[in-house]
Amino acid sequence: MTEQTPPSLLEVDGLTVQVATPAGAQTVVDGLSFRLARGKTLCIAGESGSGKSMTALSLMQLLPKPTARVTAGTARLAGRDILALPEAEMRRVRGRHIGMIFQEPMTSLNPVLSIGRQLGDAIIAHGAGSEKETRRRALELLDQVQIPEPERRLSQYPHELSGGMRQRVVIAMALAQNPEILIADEPTTALDVTVQAQILALIRKLQADRGISVILITHDMGVVAEMADDVLVMQHGRMVERSPVDVIFSAPREEYTRRLLAAVPRLGEMKGTLQPKRVLARPAEACPARQEDGPLVEVENLTVRFDIKGGILQRAVRRVHAVEGIYFTIRRGETLSLVGESGCGKSTTGKALLNLIPWQGNIRVAGRSTKGLRPTAMRPILRDVQMIFQDPYASLDPRMRVGDLVAEPLVIHGLAKGSELTDRVAYLFRRVGLSPEQMRRYPHEFSGGQRQRICIARALSLSPKLIVADESVAALDVSIQAQVLDLLQDIQDETGISYLFISHDMAVVEQISHRVAVMYMGRFVEMGTRAQIFENPQHPYTRKLMQAVPVADPSRPRRAFVEKAEDLPSPIHPLGYVPPRQEARDIGGGHLVWETLRA
Amino acid sequence: MSQTAVETEAPVSTPSVLARLLRRPLALTGLVIIAVVVVAAVFARWLAPYDPYEQFFEGLTLEGAPLPPNAQFWFGTDLVGRDLLSRLIYGAQTSLIIGVVANGIAVIIGSLVGITAGYFRGWVDTVLMRLTDLMMAFPALLLAIVLAATFRPSLWIVALVIAMVNWVQIARVTYTETRSIAERDFVVAERAMGAGAGRILFRHILPHLLSTIIVWATLGIATTVLLEATLSFLGIGVQPPTPSWGNIIFENQTYFTSAPWLVFIPGAAILALALAFNLVGDALRDILDPTQQGRH
Repeated sequence: MTEQTPPSLLEVDGLTVQVATPAGAQTVVDGLSFRLARGKTLCIAGESGSGKSMTALSLMQLLPKPTARVTAGTARLAGRDILALPEAEMRRVRGRHIGMIFQEPMTSLNPVLSIGRQLGDAIIAHGAGSEKETRRRALELLDQVQIPEPERRLSQYPHELSGGMRQRVVIAMALAQNPEILIADEPTTALDVTVQAQILALIRKLQADRGISVILITHDMGVVAEMADDVLVMQHGRMVERSPVDVIFSAPREEYTRRLLAAVPRLGEMKGTLQPKRVLARPAEACPARQEDGPLVEVENLTVRFDIKGGILQRAVRRVHAVEGIYFTIRRGETLSLVGESGCGKSTTGKALLNLIPWQGNIRVAGRSTKGLRPTAMRPILRDVQMIFQDPYASLDPRMRVGDLVAEPLVIHGLAKGSELTDRVAYLFRRVGLSPEQMRRYPHEFSGGQRQRICIARALSLSPKLIVADESVAALDVSIQAQVLDLLQDIQDETGISYLFISHDMAVVEQISHRVAVMYMGRFVEMGTRAQIFENPQHPYTRKLMQAVPVADPSRPRRAFVEKAEDLPSPIHPLGYVPPRQEARDIGGGHLVWETLRA
Repeated sequence: MSQTAVETEAPVSTPSVLARLLRRPLALTGLVIIAVVVVAAVFARWLAPYDPYEQFFEGLTLEGAPLPPNAQFWFGTDLVGRDLLSRLIYGAQTSLIIGVVANGIAVIIGSLVGITAGYFRGWVDTVLMRLTDLMMAFPALLLAIVLAATFRPSLWIVALVIAMVNWVQIARVTYTETRSIAERDFVVAERAMGAGAGRILFRHILPHLLSTIIVWATLGIATTVLLEATLSFLGIGVQPPTPSWGNIIFENQTYFTSAPWLVFIPGAAILALALAFNLVGDALRDILDPTQQGRH
């Protein structure tokens, strides 16, 4: 690389975007200026609401009109201000000069058109060629994004592809016109970590091969470290800091950048410790000794299968093997984490503990079997087992006041009423760091982190012995995520509650767990203490998961590109499928590794 | 009406639902129209300028044609020289019973069937929804004729028949919506807390269906008022000369070109009533939905 600054391809000056709200115009991007150099990657990083997506949309003139509009600023691409171009000319810029990838690959593809058709449309969007030529180009593009069997994909529909494959198709469509700039808005946020690693490597490879410039928008500092040449940190619509990537991570200038980086959980930072992070932060005597009077939850041979019905008679035609015969126990005051990628059965396991879905096997909570209990008979057990969901907004009834929502379990179980109920709810609000004055508000008046606190308060209201936390911090910004994790751990220290912590995020799991079970295809592949799993991973899948986590350290060598995409296998099998037998091997100190037995 | 399903407890800090309704000009307009119709129906005997059954000699032209609106007969006269205004005022009784009571019962049955089938699924779903499909496929008019012929024709039988045939669409619509709401996290969360089906259905699912139900309920008013007219026309139901808004239109529709007011005025009355309920319904929906507050 030469020392002189390469000529910039895109020059954005004073970009300002306003959104009309009932309270008047609100500025969501405020005087943003940056340069994008040819062949380089600029990462725009920031938390939700920082205006990063609005920036991307305004560059494409795709802002949701008339609510949002660019009120000031210029964006010069090859001497032309693309913000001022009329729609007809802007269409020629989109696709040909700037391609865009969105977060959710399923919604950015049309579900009723085949891949070949959609890709073909992207290719001929600016002037048709012959059908044969279009098809040849489509195959070439699919090959470039490393999709296996491109011929077959052309006639497939989006729902037949996995999330990673869909995102590859979306990238192929964005590249169809050979754009000079690729804008990727959270391109891997909806994907599993192993798939994310592949997609990021793919974007890097395409960039190197074609010399295109990339604007990557992300909230994940790990992704930033992995991808960026330059980083632009945004907060509340304003630029906080713009620096080369190594500077951002080694010597951040601004306080906000430092806080953002400090909040990122780093895989491996807990090395050599036995307790969760928060416990370590306080003096040793503060941790109450756990009385060991038998496990709180015992799960034996838990199996969950769903039939997929089809045909005119709605008979079962195929079967989803969501969970296949898992065994585990949860001790009192302990956090057991289930970690794995989407579709591995971790959420299903959590739901089975609360009898929310039909299952086979045996589950005992505090000695009581929950097998086949009807909802009324299950009620006393639900006083001991509660759940916190992933999306705090979706799990709160939007039409109820939050005070009533937190009181709901107490009312259902008939545990309190009148002023006693109000006092109890007020106590719970204070316990999770909210003010009791907020009880009369509705969920939409709260931020994501506050809503998750409300969910936690609701789960705590019955003083349960176990909380199943299903991806409970996944939807939160990192700084909020850290606060919620701290809260969960403080509650554990105080009350000796147990958690079944379900997550896909290895770094979060490392912070909060006593023990960890790694799930793959409905089964455990490895289980042990936090130290055993993170410091001595034995199963190849555990290792693969850990390697896939983006590390917030730009000095680490970036991962090599993997030829041809791999996919997670599907848990859907024909009827009568018998899964291969597996056996656990104890490799010392209760560290279990499962191995498939050959027939 | 469907609005009864809503929790009506008024928050302490905010004014009551009625007070907030009155503050909205559109809702107030709707309330006024409804009040006018109700008052007309209840006090018809004192309000109507003439006897609705009396065929006035001066109510027809020399050629025997009905009179257009004039100083004596404000809304004109009908084919046999009766005063249209008086007939409309008396007809309001019938139309209110049909449009509000019969339609309201249909809405309640439909919503109950829809949410029950949508939430419980399984055999409950199969039985209820196949029944709904059956009712939908069955010609409503034929069913009405059979029912009305079995019992002695009367206004209440007509109301019953209308309620019996009109719940199916609402059942279909609420069923579909319930199915999607039942899969949302807050309902699963409710189940995880140990809430019973009744609590989930009526406190958590029904409020979300309110806007759909209100729209269908107001659409139903116009439909049912006209269905009553059809039934009356076929000789089942309200017997002439008893007036109803629907049968005034039906009696006079063939003379639409020569005496348009005979169809236009009762038609406008039906429209105004349906619109009034719609305005109030819309406003109620916004007031009862906390996520909509502060948007006006």
